[in-house]
Amino acid sequence: MNSYVDKLDEKSASGRAAWKPSRWMNMQNKADATMRYVFIISAALVAAVIFSIIVFVGMQGVKTFAGVSPWEFFFSTDWTPSAGKFGAFPFLFSTVVLTLLSVVFALPLALAGAIFTAKIAPNWMREILRPATDLFVGIPSVVYGLIGLTVIVPFIGKVVKGTGYGILPAAIILAIMIMPTILSISEDAIRSLPGRLEEASLALGATRWQTIWKVLLPAARPGILTAVILGMGRAMGETMAVFMVIGNSPQMPKSLISSTTVLTTAIVKDMGNTNYGSTWNNALFLMALLLLVISLLLILIIRVVARRSELK
Amino acid sequence: MTERHKINVSKLNLFYGDNHALHDIEMTIESNTIAALIGPSGCGKSTFLRTLNRMNDLIDGVRITGSVAVDGQNVYGPETDIVSLRKRVGMVFQRPNPFPMSIYDNIAYGPRIHGTKKKAVLDEIVERSLRQAALWDEVKDRLNKSALGLSGGQQQRLCIARLLAVEPDVLLMDEPTSALDPISTLKVEELTQTLKERYTIIIVTHNMQQAARISDVTSFFLNGYLVETDKTDKIFTNPNDQRTEDYITGRFG
Ligand SMILES: Nc1ncnc2c1ncn2[C@@H]1O[C@H](COP(=O)(O)OP(=O)(O)OP(=O)(O)O)[C@@H](O)[C@H]1O
Ligand SMILES: [Mg+2]
Repeated sequence: MNSYVDKLDEKSASGRAAWKPSRWMNMQNKADATMRYVFIISAALVAAVIFSIIVFVGMQGVKTFAGVSPWEFFFSTDWTPSAGKFGAFPFLFSTVVLTLLSVVFALPLALAGAIFTAKIAPNWMREILRPATDLFVGIPSVVYGLIGLTVIVPFIGKVVKGTGYGILPAAIILAIMIMPTILSISEDAIRSLPGRLEEASLALGATRWQTIWKVLLPAARPGILTAVILGMGRAMGETMAVFMVIGNSPQMPKSLISSTTVLTTAIVKDMGNTNYGSTWNNALFLMALLLLVISLLLILIIRVVARRSELK
Repeated sequence: MTERHKINVSKLNLFYGDNHALHDIEMTIESNTIAALIGPSGCGKSTFLRTLNRMNDLIDGVRITGSVAVDGQNVYGPETDIVSLRKRVGMVFQRPNPFPMSIYDNIAYGPRIHGTKKKAVLDEIVERSLRQAALWDEVKDRLNKSALGLSGGQQQRLCIARLLAVEPDVLLMDEPTSALDPISTLKVEELTQTLKERYTIIIVTHNMQQAARISDVTSFFLNGYLVETDKTDKIFTNPNDQRTEDYITGRFG
């Protein structure tokens, strides 16, 4: 007799016979193939553009070493182009300190805000907070710079009895700038977690805070890391607002409130004064390359750290 | 009431907005029994189960009237501490919901939030809970791997183990074996029999044989009404209500 298995076979065999592509399907398949090529070409194009930027900046930058030794460039603190001294260490150092400091300032506030908006605020407040945060992301940086210049710098100056320029006001301004970015991406990450996680935790007798700290935040960690990377990238690349409050002396900062220069502001400040092809000009390209490399490195480090703390 | 029941539900009504999902439910459950809830899909079994540890509080627009008492204490009273209630009345959900952490951390989560810190104690709880849930042998070599790498059935048993680790009084189990193969189903059923000595268990199931095998009392729900509750033997041999008989003999639902 026919067993069920035989019947199954019959069914799938007849199914297969009917499985001839119709004209409509043929058309769809063709459209599929075309789209695939369009996507591949676009992706290749983007990659090519990025690659050629790196190559161009890199080639131009490397020429610096015809006039200056790498040792001097990376480790000397003396930046006096008129005397042929090109020590870029202060810029590098200040860039790293400024970027890290602004993330340190922004992250706790941003996370608190994200948790509040995602999990604690009542619905009507959430409806207001979300568009407000998005609005902040869109404010041009020169506006932040102006506020820094007219409010924060004088305030710090008064408190410490000095000019008030330096890494501290810049970090505060940058923290304010990147906070909405970190907040809104982290909030998305927290909110998009399945409700089942929260239920599971509460059903075990966890409090709301335990649930947020021990379950929701760790579960949202990849999203929060992305938020931090984006924030960091923005902080490191920001030029205008920093330029207005950091003082712009090409020297090592003696403290967080002493005038210094970062890579981006060094480039804008000097680019107009140099001739294309001069060592000075090349050194600026090298700094641009460094900026690129540092941000790539930061991203890489964060990814590695994240990967390591994650489970297989 | 004179005698103290483990769980006493009276005149319980629940509304999801305008949807009247539970109608005047009356039920008592004694300690150390297994109560099975049966009924067609959408009749309110999960909803009822979730009223017992106030999981419905998390859903917007839910309104509840009537009373639920555990050990004589009104669950919906103003002085009730929801956190300690949920610690006493634990739940395994219809869909497995492990945390995105290691298997070990999943099980240790409950004891940790309730204050257990010692590694040795935690180790012991983790092993005991996993053994009880018949999962130990399958995972003992990968306790530090993510729980999300487990199969659906393993995840469900993990959730059972995670609940056992906090040692509640009452276990609410919403179709705990619906994603399990026959062997693990059997293991979980055996587990319920041993747990009965210490816990009160309320289990939702679509599997009539399972209800008949493991439970002491069975309640039949239909369209948000509790049709009848009786000794399991009675329900499956000679129910009072015609609708119950129709359902368990497969004439509808
Ligand atoms: N979160 C919710 N919001 C609104 N209505 C809901 C919600 N959860 C359940 N309901 C409704 O309440 C009724 C009972 O649902 P419930 O999940 O309790 O059924 P069930 O008996 O558990 O079914 P199943 O056997 O399919 O799990 C259904 O009509 C359902 O649509
Ligand atoms: Mg259900």
